Amino acid sequence: MGRYVARRLLQMIPVFFGTTLLIFLMVHSLPGDPVLAMFGDKGADPATLAAKRHELGLDKSLPEQYFVYMRDMILHLDFGDQIRNGRPVTEVLGDAFPITLQLAALAFVFELTFGLALGIIGGLRAGRLADNAILLFTLLIMSIPVFVLGYIIKMVFAFNLGWISPNVSTVPQWDELIAPAVVLGGLSLAYVARLTRTSMAENLRSDYMRTAVAKGLPKRRIIGVHLMRNSMIPVVTLLGTDLGALMGGAVVTEQIFNIKGIGGIIAESISRREGTTLVGLVTILVLVYLVTSLLIDLLYAVLDPRIRYA
Amino acid sequence: MPDVTKTATAVEDAVAPPSAPESKGSHKQEKARSLWGDAWHDLRRNPYFIVSSALITLLLVISAFPSLFTSASPTMGDLSNHFLGKAELSKIGSPEWLGYDQQGRSVYARLIYGTRASVMVGLCVTAIVATVGSIMGMLAGYFGGVWDAILSRITDVFFGIPFLLGAMVVLQSFTERTIWVVVFALAFLGWTQITRVMRGAVITVKHADYVHAAKALGAGTVRILFRHILPNAMAPVIVVATIALGGYISAEATLSYLGLGLSAPTVSWGVDVSAGVAQIRVAPHVLLWPSIMLSLTVLAFIMLGEAVRNALDPKLR
Repeated sequence: MGRYVARRLLQMIPVFFGTTLLIFLMVHSLPGDPVLAMFGDKGADPATLAAKRHELGLDKSLPEQYFVYMRDMILHLDFGDQIRNGRPVTEVLGDAFPITLQLAALAFVFELTFGLALGIIGGLRAGRLADNAILLFTLLIMSIPVFVLGYIIKMVFAFNLGWISPNVSTVPQWDELIAPAVVLGGLSLAYVARLTRTSMAENLRSDYMRTAVAKGLPKRRIIGVHLMRNSMIPVVTLLGTDLGALMGGAVVTEQIFNIKGIGGIIAESISRREGTTLVGLVTILVLVYLVTSLLIDLLYAVLDPRIRYA
Repeated sequence: MPDVTKTATAVEDAVAPPSAPESKGSHKQEKARSLWGDAWHDLRRNPYFIVSSALITLLLVISAFPSLFTSASPTMGDLSNHFLGKAELSKIGSPEWLGYDQQGRSVYARLIYGTRASVMVGLCVTAIVATVGSIMGMLAGYFGGVWDAILSRITDVFFGIPFLLGAMVVLQSFTERTIWVVVFALAFLGWTQITRVMRGAVITVKHADYVHAAKALGAGTVRILFRHILPNAMAPVIVVATIALGGYISAEATLSYLGLGLSAPTVSWGVDVSAGVAQIRVAPHVLLWPSIMLSLTVLAFIMLGEAVRNALDPKLR
C-alpha cells in the first residue's frame, strides 16, 4: 500500500508541472498587454511601462517567469499578485473559493443521493417500466445543455412561481444555493444514475450473486452488501473525477444565478489577461483532481477485495 | 422468503439470453454473423436507433441544404417585426411561424441556418479527436513500456485541465473566432478521453490468439495494428465518440453563451441563445427555440451512441 501511494505521488509530479506549464503557456499566448491596459487610453511613457513590467517580473523570459512563479508557489504558497490592483491572488481566491466549494458540495450531495437512488431503482427493476422511465428521464437531462436547464429553472421557479430569488446574494445562504446546485449537479446525476443502473443490472447475473441467493441470505444483505459493494466501483470513479468537474462547470451556473464565486473571477481574468490569477486557480483545480483520483484508486481496494496494492 | 425467490428469478432471467429462441425462429440465415453484423441485426430493431438516425439524417440534410426548408434569410431583419409574434402552428414552415427576434429576423430561418454551425462543430471535433485519440491510444497500448508511460502522462496533463475552462482560455487567444477556431479549441482538450478508451481496448486485444498468429506469420507492426488490432478495438471508441459528439455540440453552445464561442455574423444556435438570454422576460421565444433544437440534436447523438453500445455489448443483452 505504502509503495503504491509513493509511486502514485511520484507520477503526480510530472502531471502537476505539465498541467501548470500548459496553462501558463496558454495564458501567455492571450492577445493584449495587461500592463498597457492598466494605464487606460492615454497610455504611459515607455520608462514607466518598463518599470512596471520589471516590478511584476514580466520583463523576464517565459521559462524564467514560470520558474519564479512555481518557486514562490511551492516554497511560500505565494500565488503572486493580481496585475490590475496588486491584490494577492490567494486573497482573491480565498474570498471566492468557499462560495464555489459550497455550491459544488451541495451539487455533489444532490447528485449522489438522487443519482444513486434512481440508479438502484432502475438496476433492480431492469427492463421494467420504472427502469425505462428512469432511462428516458436521464437521457433528457443529459441532452439539455446546462445553461438551458438553468434558465428553465430560473424562469419557472423565480419568475413564474416566485419561490426563489433569481439572483443569489453576495454571501449566499445554503437554501439560496439549492436551485443552482440542482442545475450544476443535474448532468452528473444522470450519469451517476445510469452507471449505477448498468453496473447493478450486470452484477445481478454474476456468480457471487447466485451463490448468495443459494446460501439463503436475506435479501437486504444480498443487495446491500454483495451487490452494492461491487456495483459501486465504477460509480466511485465517476464521482471522484466529478468533484473537479463540478468546480470547473460552476462557471456557467454562477453566471446564470449571479453567484460571486470563482466563475466570475475566471471570466474576468480571462478577459483582463490576469495570468497569475488564472494559473493559480487552475493549479488548485488540478490539485483537487489529482488528489481525488489518488483517493479513488485507494478506495478501490476497500470496495473490491480482489484488488490489493502491494 | 418470497423476497429471495424474487431475486433468484431475476438472476435466472438475466442469465438466460431472452432473445435466443426468437432470433432462431424468425430468421433463416444460419450463417455466423460477425460482431458488426450482429450489432446491425440488433440495431435495426431498436426504436431508439430508428428515431435517432432519422433525426440525425434530417439535421444533416438541413445543414447541407438550409434553403430547402425556408425562403427567408437568417440575417435580414425588418425592425418593424421586433419581437413580433409567438409560435403559430397554422403557419408552420413560413418565416413568421416561430416569431421574430430583437432585430426583426425570423427565428425559424435562424434556426434552420444555425444548424450547420452546430453540426459542423460536432462532426469535425469528433473526427479530429477520434483520429488523434485513437493513434495515441494505439501507440500507448500496443507498445507499452516507455511509450505508454510518456503518452499516459501527456494524456494526464491535458485531462487535468478543466475542459470548459481550458477551452475558454484557448478561445480567448483568438481575436476572430470562426467555426474552425472553436473546433480547434474543443479538439485540443478533448482527445484524452478517446486515448484512454483506445489504450484500454488495445491492451485487452493485443494478447489475443489472432494477434500472435499474425505475428507468427510475419506480419509487420503496421499491418498488425491496422488490420488486426484496430478493427477489434474500435467498438468502444465508436460508442464514446458518438456520445461525445452530442457533448461537443453542447459545449460549443455553452461557450457561445459565455460570449467565447462563435460570434455575431455567424448564424448559430449558441449565438441566438446568448442573445436571447438578455431578453428572457420580454421575449422568451427567442431563447426557447434554439434551446429546444440544441437539446434535440444532443439527444439524437446520445441516443445513437447508446443504441450502438447496447448492440455491441453482448453483456447488456
